[in-house]
Amino acid sequence: MTDTPRLVVGPFNRVEGDLEVHIEVNDGMVASARVNAPLYRGFERMLEGKDPRDALTITPRICGICSISQSVAAARALGAAMGISPTPQGGAMAALIHAVENVSDHLTHFNLFFMPDFARPVYAGRSWHGRAVERFTAIEGSAVRQSVEARAKLMHILGLMAGKWPHTLAIQPGGVTRAPGPRDKIRIETSLRAFRGYLERVLFGAPLEEFIALETPEALVRWGRGDIGLFLEIAQDLSLESLGAGSGRYMSFGAYPLENGHGFASGIWEGGIAPLQTTGITEDLSHAWMLGETAHPMVGMTRPDEVMRDAAYSWCKAPRLDGRPIEVGALARQIIDGHPLARSFDGAGVLGRVAGRLLEIARTQLFMEQIARDIDPAARYMVQGKLPEHGQGVGLVEAARGALGHWVRIERGRIASYQIIAPTTWNFSPRDAQGTPGPLEAALVGAPVGQGETSPISVQHIVRSFDPCMVCTVH
Amino acid sequence: MNVLWLQAAGCGGCTMSLLCAEDPDAFETLGGAGVKFLWHPSLSVETGTEVLAILDAVARGEIALDVLAVEGSVARGPRGTGRFQMLAGTGRSMLDWVRTLAPLAQNVIAVGTCAAYGGVTSAGGNPSDAVGVQYEGAHSGGALPADFRARSGLPVINVAGCPTHPGWVIETLLLLKSGAFETSDLDVLGRPLFYAQHLVHHGCPKNEFYEYKASAVELSEIGCMMEHLGCVGTQAVGDCNIRPWNGEGSCTRGGYPCINCTGPEFEEPRHPFTETPKIAGIPVGLPTDMPKAWFMALASLSKAATPPRIARNAVASRVEVPPTIRKPRGGA
Repeated sequence: MTDTPRLVVGPFNRVEGDLEVHIEVNDGMVASARVNAPLYRGFERMLEGKDPRDALTITPRICGICSISQSVAAARALGAAMGISPTPQGGAMAALIHAVENVSDHLTHFNLFFMPDFARPVYAGRSWHGRAVERFTAIEGSAVRQSVEARAKLMHILGLMAGKWPHTLAIQPGGVTRAPGPRDKIRIETSLRAFRGYLERVLFGAPLEEFIALETPEALVRWGRGDIGLFLEIAQDLSLESLGAGSGRYMSFGAYPLENGHGFASGIWEGGIAPLQTTGITEDLSHAWMLGETAHPMVGMTRPDEVMRDAAYSWCKAPRLDGRPIEVGALARQIIDGHPLARSFDGAGVLGRVAGRLLEIARTQLFMEQIARDIDPAARYMVQGKLPEHGQGVGLVEAARGALGHWVRIERGRIASYQIIAPTTWNFSPRDAQGTPGPLEAALVGAPVGQGETSPISVQHIVRSFDPCMVCTVH
Repeated sequence: MNVLWLQAAGCGGCTMSLLCAEDPDAFETLGGAGVKFLWHPSLSVETGTEVLAILDAVARGEIALDVLAVEGSVARGPRGTGRFQMLAGTGRSMLDWVRTLAPLAQNVIAVGTCAAYGGVTSAGGNPSDAVGVQYEGAHSGGALPADFRARSGLPVINVAGCPTHPGWVIETLLLLKSGAFETSDLDVLGRPLFYAQHLVHHGCPKNEFYEYKASAVELSEIGCMMEHLGCVGTQAVGDCNIRPWNGEGSCTRGGYPCINCTGPEFEEPRHPFTETPKIAGIPVGLPTDMPKAWFMALASLSKAATPPRIARNAVASRVEVPPTIRKPRGGA
């Protein structure tokens, strides 16, 4: 009926894992999009029949960039089945370890994955292009190099307290395996001080507290300092605030559970805050190469459709909350936690998602510094627990990219079922039985496509603004 | 020397680990030595059709490929089609791409245990029918046949580890660049000897506990983890405790056992990872090259000789009894 051109965009790089985006173009704009996660490994199936403790070794290896998030979710799920929680100091140390990973991921995203697109020749002639080339050319850019160095140094905290990164076994249902001594506390504080120095010199160009005090998009775009200043200048010139707008529906499982509440709150946001209710979570399989019915993850299954039926187009299931898609990530977390700048980006596109992440880097640095100050080198960092013969547990955490849940059922002392919904499973979900597209699929509609573009730059910006982790998505 | 890096069915963690290289960083070290990424999925600017052009040019022989680095295992499923992992935008499976590109490369590196032997991606019932590039577990012959040789004459170099230490990958690349790398530099499982000639046990801070078989009973206790907690550092290859991770870390320094992540089939130890299998109360599995009778004799002797300081610290979460200090004789 139409001569709508179709484009297949892939390999889609500078995202974690494999991604292929199919778009239909009409009148120079994306008319519809389908997102394909083209890798299936079957982690949930691997875990069936195993000793439940083995989930602590295997699930981190779902993902080399969100490894600790997977550790923490598994530890929480097993802890729930055992009926134990980490000791207060053990839980705080796990939160610190987790926060280091999340901040590192945000930093990697901004410098290595997202910003290099602005150094592309397509933007030659823009007033900022020369600076973007100098700072953010992939691999070579000076900002790229500085961020990799700062990240590696920050991760000394992980060497010290988690043995290594990625893939640690340090995080356990009852706390962490290594108790810090007085010199460890000093070392952690030293690493954090050095990281703050980098952030304030390079990324923010000013004290973090000044950035955290911003409340409006107008104040934000006047920032003008550090690499963030360059990004904001680019964002204004390219109108990134309106590109790839979201639905305004957000969810957070709550980040960093501590003795007296979360570091960043849990909840649902749709024009206002509501408490998180996970009973309304289902996974729809209508457009996934998966067999079975729509189900809550505690009863859901993962059975791949080996014939890869034509009606489906991704290995990714379509998670829904109360039957509807929902966006997760740093912006969602900061909106739900009530930060005024984040809330001013309710429903935002590329600029808002990136701003949410930058705001979270600053706020998480303060959070980590507080935990480090509160380390008690005489405290107990782990308790022991016993797994039940029969039971179940849920582990809900916030990975860098958003809400991550593990649902485990134990029968006869073995894993009977293990279901995982990762952040990008939410954000990059395919259509559901009603034909409702996932958050990225919806956000891509209306993106401009220039004459002759085969991998449209607007699609690149929108996709990367979500910071997808595709290896987590299907697992 | 150019490097084409493909991420097959893995977690991407070996790339993330590579970025933890320090003094200088990975980009500085590799770039400074003349090692350039022809394309790397996480790091390069090229995307979509730009990548297809690079792959086509290599496949047609217009770009001479020095190193093909494969991270992640190769999915052969479902039903031998490889369609559990299609390389996005190409309509072809990763299995197909690896088989196409490997014979064109001067050298092929399997980065990480998934790429080397199948690794965690092949755990459980191996849902995606994953294999290593040239091994299936400990058996030679994976996505590529056992007799595959790269143009240099070397088999696939297995830089195994889950993840790999950034130094292992970098030094392998730089040794290849220098031309000083031969088959004799690999162990019997294709791993570079410069790290595979060490055991994780070497330099482990729990060595004194090991000497007396003063064992931690539960995770979070600082004693040796061999007897009860599944640690196989005396059998696993790796210089993890000689050159630490992320500053000053290692698995055993972090208080959890070595699970032999550099070895084939580590993902299926046939017992819980953090529990030592025993027969009649005696741990199964001996330190490498140790005769069983001698080990049993020495273990029972040393256990009986354990000083109280070591016995007590072994089951504590931090040092409770410091070493006795004997002041030098003489003086005031």
